[in-house]
Amino acid sequence: MRRLLQRLQSWAERRLPALTRYRRSENLPIEMHRRRIYIVPTGFGIGFSVLLMVMLAGALNYTNNAALLLTCLLGAATSTSMLVAFRTLNGLRLSHIRAGHAVAGQPIELTLTFDSTRARSAIRLDLGRTSTAFALDVSGTAYVKLELPTTHRGWQPLPRLRLWSSWPLGMFRAWSWLHPAQSVLVWPQPEASGPPPDAPADDTRHMRLHQGDELATLRDYRVGDPRRHIAWKASAHHHSLLVKDFEQPQSRPQWRLDWRQLPGLGDEARIARLARWLNEAQSQRRHYSLWLPGTEILAGSGPLHYAHCMSALAQLP
Amino acid sequence: MTVWWLRKKLAPPAVDNRAFDLLSLTTGLVLGVHAPHLPWWLSIALALTLGWRWWQRRQHGSRLPRWLKLPVLVLLTSVVIAYYGTIFGRAPGTTLAVGLLILKLLESETARDVRVGVSFACFALMTALLFDQGLAATALVALGLLPALATLRALEPAQPQTNLSRTLLPSLGLLAATLPLALLAFLLVPRLSTPLWGAPSPTEAQTGLSDSMSPGNFTDLLTDDRPAMRVNFDGAPPAPDQRYFRAYVMWNYDGRSWRYVEAKNDGTLPPAPIEAGAAIGYRIGLEPTHQRMLPTLDVPLAAPAQASLQPDREVLADKPVNAPLSYQLQSALRYRLQPTLDDRSRRLGLRLPVGFNPRALALAAQWRQLYGSDDAAIVRAALSLFHDGGFRYTLAPAPLGRDAVDDFLFDTREGFCEHYSSAFTVLMRDAGIPSRVVTGYQGGYWSTIGDYLLVRNSDAHAWSEVWLAGHGWVRVDPTAAVRPARVELGAAAAAGDQLGWYRNDWMQGLRNHWDLVNRWWDQGVIGFNALRQRGLLSPFGIRDTDTATLSVLLAISSVLFVAIGMAWALMRRQPRDALRVTLRELERKLARKGVVRQSSEGPQHYLSRAARAMPGRRNELASLMQCYLELRYAHDEPPPEPLQAFQRAVRDFRAVDVVK
Repeated sequence: MRRLLQRLQSWAERRLPALTRYRRSENLPIEMHRRRIYIVPTGFGIGFSVLLMVMLAGALNYTNNAALLLTCLLGAATSTSMLVAFRTLNGLRLSHIRAGHAVAGQPIELTLTFDSTRARSAIRLDLGRTSTAFALDVSGTAYVKLELPTTHRGWQPLPRLRLWSSWPLGMFRAWSWLHPAQSVLVWPQPEASGPPPDAPADDTRHMRLHQGDELATLRDYRVGDPRRHIAWKASAHHHSLLVKDFEQPQSRPQWRLDWRQLPGLGDEARIARLARWLNEAQSQRRHYSLWLPGTEILAGSGPLHYAHCMSALAQLP
Repeated sequence: MTVWWLRKKLAPPAVDNRAFDLLSLTTGLVLGVHAPHLPWWLSIALALTLGWRWWQRRQHGSRLPRWLKLPVLVLLTSVVIAYYGTIFGRAPGTTLAVGLLILKLLESETARDVRVGVSFACFALMTALLFDQGLAATALVALGLLPALATLRALEPAQPQTNLSRTLLPSLGLLAATLPLALLAFLLVPRLSTPLWGAPSPTEAQTGLSDSMSPGNFTDLLTDDRPAMRVNFDGAPPAPDQRYFRAYVMWNYDGRSWRYVEAKNDGTLPPAPIEAGAAIGYRIGLEPTHQRMLPTLDVPLAAPAQASLQPDREVLADKPVNAPLSYQLQSALRYRLQPTLDDRSRRLGLRLPVGFNPRALALAAQWRQLYGSDDAAIVRAALSLFHDGGFRYTLAPAPLGRDAVDDFLFDTREGFCEHYSSAFTVLMRDAGIPSRVVTGYQGGYWSTIGDYLLVRNSDAHAWSEVWLAGHGWVRVDPTAAVRPARVELGAAAAAGDQLGWYRNDWMQGLRNHWDLVNRWWDQGVIGFNALRQRGLLSPFGIRDTDTATLSVLLAISSVLFVAIGMAWALMRRQPRDALRVTLRELERKLARKGVVRQSSEGPQHYLSRAARAMPGRRNELASLMQCYLELRYAHDEPPPEPLQAFQRAVRDFRAVDVVK
C-alpha cells in the first residue's frame, strides 16, 4: 500500500508539477512565503473537527447556548491555530548550507542555517526517513545538521527537503518543499591497498627539519579550528579571535604525485590510487605536490592543501 | 548555539512529563466540574485513581499492564449500571464519560493517546454544561480549555521550556484572540426551531413549585436560593404586599395534601369572569421548571402566546418549560373574581374528607354560631386566632399526625406558609365558606440597578382564597397574620436566624448583585433562542432573519475574520533601516525603467551600471552613489541630516529611459 502510494506520488509529481507543488531547485537564500506554504489538516485535526460537529449538533439540539458558545470558542481557536501554523513558517529563510567533506560511500555532513526576524517553535525538517525538529530563538538563527548518503565522487545535487510544522495545536500542518540548487562535492574513495608512490630517495635537500608544533604565526579564526589553538591572550587585544598557526613538522621527503606515473590503469583506478597516496601523505605529514590533467598543485601540506588536492581529484571528468 | 541533527524516525516515543502533567490537570478539572452531579463515592474513587496514576507515572515512568484495562472498564460500566440502572441518559452517560476519560489517562503514553484524551476531555467539559449553564459554571468550563490547549502545545517538539503556569498563558492568549470570532459564530449559527432528536427529559426531582402541597414539602424549596423568575414591570412595581404570583389553585384536599387537578375538558371551560380595575403590564423571565404552569401576578387578564388561561385564572403553557422562557402579560391588582359562584364550584370549595380534624370542625361550628351569617367576621376570627393564638413561624416544624390540621391548630402551633394556608382553608370549609389554596411566589428582591424584581425559589408561598358574597374570591394570607414580615420583607426576613450564615445581610446584598450579572448572562446568552435570532437584524430593518440570511452573514463575516487573520499572519517586521528603505525606493524607480538590480550586485556596481544605462542622469546617480556609500560605510549609524538629504534626493530623482 505504502509503495503504491509512493509510486502514485512520484508519477503525480512528474506529470502534474503544478498540482503536487513540486518545486524546481532554486538558489539560496530560500524564503518561505505565502505562495509556497501549503496547509492541510492532520488526522487529529480532522478527528477534532468531527468532534466539534458532534458538539455543535448536540448544543443546537438541546438549545444549550453555553455549550454552543464553548463549541464556537473551540472552533475559533482551532481555525486560528491554522494561521499560527502558517505564521510559523512564513518569513523563515534558509540562508546558507555548509557541506563537510566525505569520500564516496560515506555520508556527508551538511549544516543548514535558518534565520528569521523572530523566534519560532517546533519547525520540522524531513529528509527521506530522517527528521528533526528545531526552534529559532530571539536572535533568529538555527543550525540544522543532516547526513546525506553518497554513492560516487563528484558533484552531488542536494535532495528535496520537506519543511513543516504543526505548531501550536497539532491540528494543521503547514509545509513546503525546500530544494536548494546547491551541490556538494564528494571526494573519491581511495583504494584499499596498493604500491607506494615512486618517491625520490630520502633526500636531505628536501628535509626541512622543524621543531614539532612550533608557533609560526597568528591568523584569524575560521570555523572548524580547534579551540585549544585559539590564542586567547592575543585575541583579547583584537576584535576577532586569533588562532595560532603551527608549522607542520616535516621529517619525510616530499612526494610528487603524478597522474602520469600511473599508466596502464583505468581513470577511476588512478584516481583511487592517488587518493590513497594523498591520504598516506597527509597522515605522514609529508609535503606533496599533485599533477593532474589540466591541474597542477604545487607542493604544500596541511589540511587545506589536502582538501584542495582531494577536491581536484573529485572533479576530474 | 544549539545544533539540531536529523535522526531516523523512530516509533512514537512516550510523551514527556510536561504534557502528561497538563493532561492530568485537564482531567482533574473535568472531574471537578462534574463532581456536583456524580455520586460522591465515585468522584472520590476517580480522583484517587487520577492522583495515583499521576504519581505512578512520575515515580516509575512505567506503563500499566494491559490486562488491567478490561477489568477496570467492566468495573466502571457495572458500577454505572448498578447505580443508575442504565448507561443511557444524561446523568449515567456523563458519569460513564468522565470515568472513561480517567481510564484513558491510565493508558496514555504516546502523543496519539494524549490527543485522544484531550479531545474527549473537551467533549466531557461540554457535557457539564448540560447540567448547569449558569455564568459561573460556563466560566469554569471555559477555564478547563486552558490546560487542554496547553497539553496540545506541549506535544509539539522543540519549544522553549517554561514553568507550568507560564504554559497556560499562550492558550489564554489564543482563546482571547478568538473570542470575537467565537461570539460572532455564536450569534449567527442558525438555531434549530425543533430538536433533531429527543430533548432531554430530566427525571431528577426538580425543586420548584409542584402540583400538590402537603405540609413539609416546601422545606427544600424555601432553602433554595436559586432564581425562579425575574419580572420587569412596564410602570412602577406594585407595593411589596401586592407581589403575589399565582401558580397553582388547589381545590382537592384528602386530609393530608392539597392537589391541583387540571381542568378536564381543556379549553372549553371559560376562565372565571372578572371585573378588573387598572391593568399593570409586565414581562416575566422564567427559569426552566419542567412544568407547564406559568406564574403570573395575581390575577392575570389574558394568557400570553402558546399558553391558555384556565378556569381559575391560572396560565398553563402548551409545553413544559424546559428552557428559560420569557412572556409578557397583564394583570389587575384590584379585581372582583367570579362575583357569582356556580353550584359546582361551591360544592368543590366546601368539600372535605369525612372523619378528619374533628376539633377544627367544632371550632368552626362555634364561630358560625357566634357570628351568624357574617362570613367576613369568621375570616377575621380565624386570622386573629393565628395572630394571637401563640403560633410561631418556623421552617422546621414538628411533624403532624393523621389529623394534621387539628395537630397544628391545637398542639404544635408552629409551621410555615403551607401549614397556615392549609389549616385556614380547612377551617373556612368547616365553617361553610367556599375556599381554596393557591401556591405561587410572594415578594422578591427589587433590584434598583437592574430595575427588575428577582424572585427566588425560596420566595415560594402558599395562601388561601375565600369566596365572599359581593366580593368574589378574596385573597387571604394567614401567614401574614403570624409573621407580617413574611409579606412585607420577604422570606429571608421571616425566617430570621433559622437560615445559614451565608444568608446574612451583606452576603445577601452581594448575592443580589451577582444575580444582576447572572440575569444579563441568562438574557443575553442562555435565552438567545431561535426566536430572538430571527429578530437579530430588526435594528437594520430586516424583520425576519431566516436561516439562509444567517448562513450568508456567517459566511461573509467568517471571510472577514479570515482576512484579518491573514493580514496578521502575513505581517512581517520590516527592517528599520531607513537608508536601505531609501535605496530600495531608488532601485524601484530604476527597475521601472528596466535597470533591475541583480542579487549578485553591490550598490556601487549597480548604480554605476545604471549611470551607464542612463547617461542623462549620470551626475545625479554618481552623487547618489557617493552619498549612499558615505552614509553606509563611513559611520556605524547614518547621521540624520545627510540621511534626510539623501532621502530627499532619491524622492526628487526622476529616472529616464534607458539608452540602448
